[in-house]
Amino acid sequence: MSLSRVGVYVCHCGTNIAANVDVARLAEFARSLPGAVLARDYPYMCSDRGQALIREDVSEQALDRVVVAACSPRMHEPTFRDAVRQAGLNPYMVEMANIREQCAWVHDDRARATEKATRLVASAVARAVLLEPLEERQVDVEPGVVVIGGGIAGLAATLTVAEAGYSAYLVERSGSLGGRVRELDRTYPTLDKVQVVLRELVSRVAAHPNVTILLRSSVTSVDGCVGDFTVEVKTRGANLGEGVDASRDSQTLVVGSVIVATGFDPFDPRRKPELGYGQYPSVITTLELEQRLAAGDLGDNGAAPRRVAFLQCVGSRDVQVGNPYCSRVCCMVVAKQARQLRGLMPDAEITVYYSDVRTFGKGAEEFYDETRAQGVLYRRASVSEIVRSQNRVRLVGEDTLLSRAIGVEVDLVVLATGMEAGADSASLSAMLRLQRSPDGFFLEAHPKLRPVDTATAGVYLAGCCQGPKGIADTIAHAKAAASSALIPLLRGSVQADAATAIVNPALCANCGLCVEECPYGAPALDPFRGVATVNALLCQGCGACAVVCPAKAISLQHATACQVLAQVDALMA
Amino acid sequence: MSECQFDPTIIAFLCNWCTYTGADLAGTSRIQYPPNVRIIRLMCSGSVDPTYVLKALLDGADGVLIGGCHPGDCHYESGNYKARRRIIALKEILQAAGYDEDRIWVRWISASEGQRFADTVTQMTQAMRDKGPNPLRREWEV
Repeated sequence: MSLSRVGVYVCHCGTNIAANVDVARLAEFARSLPGAVLARDYPYMCSDRGQALIREDVSEQALDRVVVAACSPRMHEPTFRDAVRQAGLNPYMVEMANIREQCAWVHDDRARATEKATRLVASAVARAVLLEPLEERQVDVEPGVVVIGGGIAGLAATLTVAEAGYSAYLVERSGSLGGRVRELDRTYPTLDKVQVVLRELVSRVAAHPNVTILLRSSVTSVDGCVGDFTVEVKTRGANLGEGVDASRDSQTLVVGSVIVATGFDPFDPRRKPELGYGQYPSVITTLELEQRLAAGDLGDNGAAPRRVAFLQCVGSRDVQVGNPYCSRVCCMVVAKQARQLRGLMPDAEITVYYSDVRTFGKGAEEFYDETRAQGVLYRRASVSEIVRSQNRVRLVGEDTLLSRAIGVEVDLVVLATGMEAGADSASLSAMLRLQRSPDGFFLEAHPKLRPVDTATAGVYLAGCCQGPKGIADTIAHAKAAASSALIPLLRGSVQADAATAIVNPALCANCGLCVEECPYGAPALDPFRGVATVNALLCQGCGACAVVCPAKAISLQHATACQVLAQVDALMA
Repeated sequence: MSECQFDPTIIAFLCNWCTYTGADLAGTSRIQYPPNVRIIRLMCSGSVDPTYVLKALLDGADGVLIGGCHPGDCHYESGNYKARRRIIALKEILQAAGYDEDRIWVRWISASEGQRFADTVTQMTQAMRDKGPNPLRREWEV
């Protein structure tokens, strides 16, 4: 084996790294490492100039491997792979040392952070010396998108995909489109009729020639990877009319991307029994009031309520029920409903019991001010209990501004119930390999920079399945998800990860343990050659097979035992 | 006292999808923790060969942390269960050989649990500090 020529690049990341790590000393140390022929430190390695530096060195100094000590490889590994590819090296000949997220940002002590960074760089160089070029595969991208969930997010995403000229398959569990939004009366802060907005969107989606709508359908499995997903969809009772059968026919869709738009579940206020929901008919939710407003019938046998109380934050910002987060929409929903009631019942006393009012967004604060100007009372309070009081109910609690007990009899209580992750998000997360945040909603790939991407390439999030949102934010999120989902389709082909398992036939004893260990059926025993072989198209690159192989004949490329053990040695040197 | 000043070294094998990303999140959230941990990124906790753990201990690591996705959340369906099974077996063997198996920690830390990652490293650093140096380090030093 010829001696390797590693170039090491230490990034300052402005002062992000340089403030806590002595980058000049780190570069000097790197020069002493076996295999390293040069080391430089530079303000921003990811900048055009930084990448050009690598390209120049590769050609002028005949580097064959590159180590970049900078941010997390989850951030810029693709950037530097591209840079070395342009320089004529195999893109797998680059290794990153994570000295920002896992060093400079978490250790205040400059001396100790620098010391740790030297070990991380030594580990990266030790591994780089053992890297091998891998052959990249191009996967043709199927020109379609499956959208799971036919609510407002799924509809907006579907329409965007269809209008870009690609096939969109909209899979909806229920028998109709529109989701939760079908239950709403008017939008905030513009007081538009929601159903008019929804109807227009549904009719545009339904009429679009690129759209296939699958109602009463659910996704039962998703296989494959970005560019080439195989999605199984099961449809329930497609033709019930003839009474022939409730045939459960399933179909297979092959698409390039998947958009998850499965929405939320409203919080069930029966989980807070002290509020009397389900017990007293005059305690209802904002969703139920919305339906009554839409129907133009406030209920209560026509006797209009004289005193109405809204309760904010029911099931939100409540650690006791396991929902510490804010549901984002309830403050404005209440301000809007209170305004609507004020218009319908000019003489009624309408009070909103809140702990904090959060009316962010365009026109929202102005709307809230106007609601108060129209005589809706806001009282900062903590309501502990709702009890029966003859034919009314009694609110018991504390006014938290006056530190005074509250006991008010009211005719109608409206609970502003928050949003929760959908009940089926656990099964979906297993099927699509999606991660969830502690609140149960699906986790985006990056809270700022990749708000609709997921850890699984080719799978995107739209709307409330990622976290509570209002209609405007949901549509913005859905259109962003659709745009991102279109990227692989527009490119036409994607690079599949080449870091798959490989068998050394000289060592393989044909025992079949790797076949048993693999969840994807990638390794198989070749009956003619008497050895295991790996189907690279099926291999997902987890590396479980390499651990069970008694002969160490099978290994995961780019994470071989040799490479890992060299890292251990370098970290402990 | 020299024992109080003992500064342990911990090698961490973290899966790319959950715990490594959780460690990144601790960084983006600027949550401070002791610099005693040195991380190796693997695609899955199920690819942690018990020999990697032994190698780290023989090299003198005072603790080895294996971090993976929560049970049921593995990016590769079942890699974390495989890791759990293998590390339990390894710990039993080490225990039978009279070695303190509690120098090996397996923890499920998701991509959103930056605080939990930082807490785990803080706790483990203290626990390893309390144990003192890995005895294998002395035996293998010539």
